[in-house]
Amino acid sequence: MLYAILCYNAEDVVMSWSQEEDDAVMSRLSVVHDRLERENKLGPSLRLMATTAATTLHKAKDLVLDGPYAETKEQLLGFYIVDIKDLDEGLAIARELGQANPGGAYELRPVRLFLPGAEIPGTERA
Amino acid sequence: MTDLAWIDAAITAARPQAVGALLRYFRDLDIAEEAFQDACLRALRTWPGNGPPRDPAAWLIMVGRNAAIDGVRKRSRTQALPDDEAAMSDLDDVETPLAERLDGADYRDDVLRLMFICCHPDLPQTQQIALALRIVSGLTVRQIARAFLVGESAMEQRITRAKARIGEAGVAFETPGPVERAERLAAVAAMVYLIFNEGYSASGPEREDRAPLAAEAIRLGRLLLRLYQTEPEIMGLVALMLLQHSRTPARFDAEGGIVLMDDQDRALWNRAMIAEGLALIDKAMRHRRTGPYLIQAAIAALHARAATPAATDWRQIDALYATLEQLTPSPVITLNRAVAVSKADGPEAALEMIAPLERRLSGYFNYFGVKGALLLQLERKAEAREAFDRAIALANTAAEAAHIRQHLDRLMADAAAARVN
Repeated sequence: MLYAILCYNAEDVVMSWSQEEDDAVMSRLSVVHDRLERENKLGPSLRLMATTAATTLHKAKDLVLDGPYAETKEQLLGFYIVDIKDLDEGLAIARELGQANPGGAYELRPVRLFLPGAEIPGTERA
Repeated sequence: MTDLAWIDAAITAARPQAVGALLRYFRDLDIAEEAFQDACLRALRTWPGNGPPRDPAAWLIMVGRNAAIDGVRKRSRTQALPDDEAAMSDLDDVETPLAERLDGADYRDDVLRLMFICCHPDLPQTQQIALALRIVSGLTVRQIARAFLVGESAMEQRITRAKARIGEAGVAFETPGPVERAERLAAVAAMVYLIFNEGYSASGPEREDRAPLAAEAIRLGRLLLRLYQTEPEIMGLVALMLLQHSRTPARFDAEGGIVLMDDQDRALWNRAMIAEGLALIDKAMRHRRTGPYLIQAAIAALHARAATPAATDWRQIDALYATLEQLTPSPVITLNRAVAVSKADGPEAALEMIAPLERRLSGYFNYFGVKGALLLQLERKAEAREAFDRAIALANTAAEAAHIRQHLDRLMADAAAARVN
C-alpha cells in the first residue's frame, strides 16, 4: 500500500531557524531517508519553497491569486510534479488539468528540494 | 532540535506580531516590550513542561497583556494578587477565540505599525535600523552594538533616545487607510533593505558580526510578503535580497578580500536562494507594475542566470537600468548603468556616460573605482592611476582599499617594467 506523508509545520517558525539549525534538521532527516531508501520504502520526496512563492489558480473563475490556497472547505486530494520553464507555463498546465477536472483550485508552489528516492516494488511503469 | 532551540525560534517568529498587538493595547512601546519579555520568561518556564501552545503568538499576547495589567494593578495598590501560574492553567481555553480574532487585518496592521514606527523620518538611518533590530527582530543591545562597532552603553543610549523621539512624535493607532498603508509599506521596505545592506556590505573583520543582518532582513522581508501577498514590490524586495545574498559564499577570498562578480566561482552561489528569487520575480511580473526593487531584482536575476560572466545579457541589464533611471533618477544608478554599457558597447561609451556625474559623485568611492577601471581598459594608465588614488582616499572599508591597491600595484609594476625595458 502506498501512502503519502504530508508535512505540516509553522512556517514562520521554520523560517526563523538559522542556517545551522536548518542544516541540522536536514541532516537528521537524511539519516532516516537513507535507511528507508535502502529498504526500497521511500519514493520521491520534496521540500517546498515558502508559501510566499506560491500562486493559486481558482478553477471555476480562472482567477489567479498570489499566495497559497487558504480555504478550509476543500481538502488536499493529490498533487503533480511538473517541470516547467516559468509560472505562465505552470498556469497553462493547471488550466488544462482544470478543464479535465473542474472545481476547487490548484496551488502552484516551487519545489525547493527534490529527492527521487528508490524504485518502490510494484510501482513500475505500465 | 532541543526544546530550548524550538522555543527560541518560536518566540523569534512570534515577536513582531506579539509586540505589535501589545503596542496596540498599551500604546506605549516600553510597556509593550516589557509585557512581551514577561510573557517570554513564562514561556521558558511552562512550555518545556506543558508542550508548546498551538499558537505561540496568541499565547504570548494573552500572557503578556495579563502580566502588564497585573503590573499596573500591583503598582497602583499593594494588595496581593492570586498566584499567576495557577491563573494560567485555563489559558488554553482562552487561546482559541483570541487566535481567531488575531486573524485578519488587525494583526497585519499591528506588524506594519511596529515596523513603521522604527522608520520615523526624524531618526537617522542607523538609528532606524538599530531600533528595528531591537524592537522587531529582538536582537540584544549587545548584538546590535557589535554590528555597528560601538560600545554597548552607547548603543543603549542611542536606542533609548530613538524611542523617546518616537514617543514624542506620537503614532497613529487607528487602522490606516489604503494610501497610508501603502506609504507605511514603502517606508518599511526601504528600512528592511537598509538592514540587508548593513549585513551584505560588511567586509573584513566586521563581517562576522554584521553578516547575519542580511539573513535577518530576508526573514523580515518574507514576513512582510506573507502579510502582503499581492504586492509586487515586496516580492521584488525579497527576490532582490535573495539573489544578492545567494552570491555571499563567493564574494570574499580566504583572506577576506573582495572577489568581484566576474571573478567569483559561480558554483558557490546558493542555488536554493536563486530559485526562490526567480520564482518571486516570475510572480511579480504578472502584475505588470514595475517598481525599483523589482527592476533591481530583475538585474540581479540576469546575473544569476548567466552560467559564466561572458554569458551575461548586458544589453538587457542596460535596458533595465535605463528604466530604473527613469523611475528613480540618481547618479549612482547611471554609474551602474555605465558598467553594463562598458560590457555591451565598450569602455569609451561608458566613460562618456559617467563624465557628467563627476561633480555630484566627487565623494563617492565607487565612482573613481569604476572610472579607473574604464581608463585602464583603454590603456590610459596615468589617468587610471589618478582615479584609483582618489578612490583609495574615499574607500569606506579596508577591503575596498585593498581591492583598489591591487590595481595600483599592477600599474606600478607595469610602469617599472616599462622603465627597465
